[in-house]
Amino acid sequence: MADETSKHNSQKQAEGVGVGTHAHVHHEEHHHEVSFIRKYVFSTDHKVIGIQYGITSLLFLFFGFTLMMVMRWQLAYPGEPIPWIGLLLGADRAPDGIMLPEFYNQLGAMHGTIMVFLGVVPLAVGAFGNYVMPLQIGAIDMAFPKLNMMSYWVYFMGGVTMLVSFFLPGGAANSGWTSYAPLAVIATTGQTVWLIGMIFLITSSLLGSVNFIVTIIQLRTHGLTFMRLPFFVWAQFVTSFLLLLAFPPLEAAGILQLMDRVAGTSFFMPSGLVVSGIALPYTGGGSPLLWQHLFWFLAHPEVYVLILPAMGIVAEIIANNTRKPLWGYKSMVYAAIFLGFMSFVVWAHHMFMTGMGTTISAFFQTTTMIISIPSIIILTAFFLSLWGGSIRFTTPMLFALAFLPMFGIGGLTGLPLGLAPPDIHLHDTYYVIGHFHYVVAPGTLMALFAGIYYWYPKVTGRMMNDMLGKLHFWGSFIFLNGVFMPMFIQGLAGVSRRLYDGGEQYAHAQSVLQWNEVMSVSAWLLGLAQIPFIINFFLSAKNGKKVGDNPWDATTLDMAATTSPPLAHGNFERVPEVHRPPYEYSVPGAERDFIPQHERTA
Amino acid sequence: MNIPYTSTARPDTGLYNAKLGIWLFLASEVMLFGALFSTYILLRVNAVSWPHGYEILNVPLATLNTVVLISSSVTMVMAWASLMMKKFDKYKMYMGLTILLALVFLVVKYFEYSAKFEHHLYPSTNTFLAIYFTVTALHGLHIIGGVIVNAYLWGPGSKMWKTDPQRFTNRVEVAGLYWHFVDLVWIFLFPVLYLL
Amino acid sequence: MDTAHADDVKKTVRTYIFVFVALMGLTVITVAISYLHLSVTAAVTVALIVATVKASLVAMYFMHLVSERKAIYWTLALTAFFFILLMFLPIFTDQNSTRLFH
Ligand code: HEM
Ligand SMILES: [Cu+2]
Repeated sequence: MADETSKHNSQKQAEGVGVGTHAHVHHEEHHHEVSFIRKYVFSTDHKVIGIQYGITSLLFLFFGFTLMMVMRWQLAYPGEPIPWIGLLLGADRAPDGIMLPEFYNQLGAMHGTIMVFLGVVPLAVGAFGNYVMPLQIGAIDMAFPKLNMMSYWVYFMGGVTMLVSFFLPGGAANSGWTSYAPLAVIATTGQTVWLIGMIFLITSSLLGSVNFIVTIIQLRTHGLTFMRLPFFVWAQFVTSFLLLLAFPPLEAAGILQLMDRVAGTSFFMPSGLVVSGIALPYTGGGSPLLWQHLFWFLAHPEVYVLILPAMGIVAEIIANNTRKPLWGYKSMVYAAIFLGFMSFVVWAHHMFMTGMGTTISAFFQTTTMIISIPSIIILTAFFLSLWGGSIRFTTPMLFALAFLPMFGIGGLTGLPLGLAPPDIHLHDTYYVIGHFHYVVAPGTLMALFAGIYYWYPKVTGRMMNDMLGKLHFWGSFIFLNGVFMPMFIQGLAGVSRRLYDGGEQYAHAQSVLQWNEVMSVSAWLLGLAQIPFIINFFLSAKNGKKVGDNPWDATTLDMAATTSPPLAHGNFERVPEVHRPPYEYSVPGAERDFIPQHERTA
Repeated sequence: MNIPYTSTARPDTGLYNAKLGIWLFLASEVMLFGALFSTYILLRVNAVSWPHGYEILNVPLATLNTVVLISSSVTMVMAWASLMMKKFDKYKMYMGLTILLALVFLVVKYFEYSAKFEHHLYPSTNTFLAIYFTVTALHGLHIIGGVIVNAYLWGPGSKMWKTDPQRFTNRVEVAGLYWHFVDLVWIFLFPVLYLL
Repeated sequence: MDTAHADDVKKTVRTYIFVFVALMGLTVITVAISYLHLSVTAAVTVALIVATVKASLVAMYFMHLVSERKAIYWTLALTAFFFILLMFLPIFTDQNSTRLFH
């Protein structure tokens, strides 16, 4: 059956004929049978959607980062007018260019929200997953192309909703990315819009994850058994399950909080709340802790949504650039599955300070310690894969290599937070901010950049410039550490997060205040370090060195079995069949140092 | 080019794409309603006092709605079975009935809601009513979604029966799975909200 | 059930009718019991048992879970596990309610 269908497809494709309900373009014909809009705007082709996701999420990442660059001014020089843009912000945000605490809170909440839900996840899953995964499994598209398109546009609306909220009276959401009740329930209108935006984003993720899982299970090409899937596909697979099962409780919670705010219910409002001497008009009887449970039921798995695709990207690049099979591929796969499973059972380690009983604390501490094991297995497998390889230090490889220690630091600093006693000291300090940023910024962001440099030639047909790439790498690597390393020092000294003056008014912060300026300057230099990337990104599309079908001599189908870009709708001239595991590099006796998955003979 | 396994099953999984897709979607729905039930349990266990549903809500009307919804589930599965037996006319009848019953459900719900509002019972009145309104409204939205899909499959969408009967039958099966799930949620909501 | 044939379907139609009658009967039972005003614990137990039976009937027969594929069983098993976690862990962690379990 599978055979027949694929033959059928490839035949049609070879003739350049497409039948189907959606847009079909063969790369050799340039007739405009499909309107511009259907081809580039409301396209159902996974590659176009992947690129749409990629560009939108990169813009959001940059925007989220810009918010932070503004905040870092206030943290380094509290109470001083913000240069250049200060006066543009308006009197209700920054009178005379001096940032109001309320505005600081908006920036902080929106930085977190944008980075997580509009930046990293859409880039890691929406862009890389959409573009690369179907190619790697030898599929002509996603299983549900229209759903795929909808998922992007719902995400887009979610993004617009979030952006619009900045212009509401009272500004954007300002109760943190965690939106803890009861604070969030009595916050300004921005919070309502934030909730609506979140509901869009969650819906988009759900549509996407159903599509991903079905595609991976159903559209794998002939011969591509589960244990032959590239690790990237496995990472996307587990990630999709996390999104599928963890997001709905947050959607429910979002709806309940919306009810609290709009219909005056008290799901999260305890009885007898008095704010500024005024009793609130809520009947009470609700539970603020309930919000935390539902929020973290998503948000802990979300952490692995941020990290697993990054590991997937790193796996591809490491295998490709060490010219060796990944060490312990199977244990990595089992570790990823176990990681995904366990990530649902640890959420209350974010709630040690809420006065849970000791028994239940012990339970969550134990599960948290257990979940560190699969991460360590994967990281160890990466390190061992480097052993004895003849490493090619290409730009993507540099980023991938940097991911390893950065993620290592992020992970190890998480252990004390997973144990209740040290967490009592560290909870809600800059130590926490340092910890999770090492995971998501020097960690995941590095991997995402690696992925961009790695797949760019496959998308555009041209290499990105190596010199600019290395400049970008070293700048980013140094300044990311410059921003986040001092956070551990401040956090250990007890400086709280979410302080609009960087801790200036606290006695215990005085000895570590000088680090604020270091971090801020690093953040701005980090911004500058992105300039080579931006230039590279745009100029290489026109002027980069042209490449052939398989620019990195890779074994996986996305690189080896597709034609030279731009890839046609339908991806393959002939749908490939798979005959071997994903990373057959440097096989003794083979004529080349790599054997593509679809090659029958060694 | 066509995406494989839209109408026939993939041999090794035994499933066509949309069936796996809908079950995954339903899995996420289980978690959505699971969170709401969890909310209900937590708030109720912690509440100082909690009314009996039947003291506030209209049990006879809800019983009627239960019967209506279960019947619509039966007509839905019969609609699919008719297609399996290649009886398109019967399909039309059963699907039409399903849609009608769903509309009856919504009308009854409307009367229930307006009766509450007349007595000044709102979501903000107490936590019980908050849960009641939120969960039943969300369930109602699911019903509306189902009606839209079913109406499409009854009307314009049924043209596919001529061009690709297998795929059309699949579509009806998938819509049915969703519809039964909505019924299933109600089977829990009814005792939990009205009878306890 | 793409593997089913028209004859099988005829047989299953009889099953559907039977399930329908069972569901109606159970609905009557659960409503009738609610008029007895049992203690909360008893009422909850009975109502949930009846609802679970009804739901299982719907899932097994209308949704064909009696004869489904492995991939779907696995997905549902996974979901059921997380569903149970979501149901009960929040209550255990909640201080006020722990007294219920002591
Ligand atoms: C790359 C440059 C980045 C810098 C310089 C940066 C800096 C910061 C700082 C200083 C804070 C603390 C603000 C405060 O407590 O007042 C913060 C908070 C946060 N950041 Fe970042 N960050 C960056 C990237 C990211 C990325 C990539 C993510 C997510 C994937 C992220 C997610 C968050 C979240 C969730 C918070 C918490 C917001 C809250 O308190 O509610 N950040 N960031
Ligand atoms: Cu966590």
